[in-house]
Amino acid sequence: MKKSLLFLSMFFVQEILFAQGGVTMADEMRRSGKIYVVVAVLLVIFLGIIIYLVRLDRKLSRLEKNTNS
Amino acid sequence: MFMNKWWWKILCIVLLVYAIAGGFLLPVPRKPVVEESIRNLYFHVCMWFAMMILFTASVVQAIKYLRTNSLKYDILSRQYAVMGIVFGVLGYATGMVWASFTWADPNNPATASFAAIARDPKLIGAAIALLIYFAYLVLRDSIQDMDKKARISAVYNIFAFAFLFPSIWIIPRLVDSLHPGGNGSGNPALNFNDVDPRMRLVFYPAVIGWTLLGVWIVSLKVRMQNLKEKSLIHE
Repeated sequence: MKKSLLFLSMFFVQEILFAQGGVTMADEMRRSGKIYVVVAVLLVIFLGIIIYLVRLDRKLSRLEKNTNS
Repeated sequence: MFMNKWWWKILCIVLLVYAIAGGFLLPVPRKPVVEESIRNLYFHVCMWFAMMILFTASVVQAIKYLRTNSLKYDILSRQYAVMGIVFGVLGYATGMVWASFTWADPNNPATASFAAIARDPKLIGAAIALLIYFAYLVLRDSIQDMDKKARISAVYNIFAFAFLFPSIWIIPRLVDSLHPGGNGSGNPALNFNDVDPRMRLVFYPAVIGWTLLGVWIVSLKVRMQNLKEKSLIHE
């Protein structure tokens, strides 16, 4: 009973959000500045992977220099 | 050597940071149903574009091998194909997530939604194309002799590449499709009418960035393989 009431109320929340020209977007996230948290998290993950790649690249360059000299 | 240069790797990082940050902060058109998830254009669609470019690089190396019989092209050809497959699988996975938020109809039961999505011609075409490239890897592993392996798999690579066009690009555009571009309405990503100019600002650099990331990983794998083989010879 509680679950279906919660589910039904979601439809009414959508009606309120349609005030901004009919398409619900992440405007609330932008207004509260939380969008920067989203971007920061993604950049941290991405830069972490890039740092791993750079270290691997440097290690390979060092090994290549050793076997060639 | 191109593989050891750092400038295009820095370019890759800059372009991808721009794609991720700009992808979420810059404005996008407000479309019903897709809403903010249209930003997935910079990720899901870029995966498939990167896959196409990497498969093109793979077939170019295969043809170079057939012309010169130099095994280094064969190694490059295989690694580009592997990265192409990786991006293709990622494109499929990101597409699945996107579809569950946009194509899945909350009014239908889950199985009916899934059936409607699974019938999309582009999904089927892409799955067949990826399976053909998986078979390329199996083919390579089944042949012992290095030169035979290289020659047969190079020829197969050309066929596999040629198959990409009817299965992913042509047929899904001729028939009814959930993807944009169905029923002969043209190429949605490169058509100037279909991609909003604001999105093009991030989309084109993102394609280059993701492709360069694939090329970077290929270069690392090839260098590692060359080092292993050199150390085996010197032992």
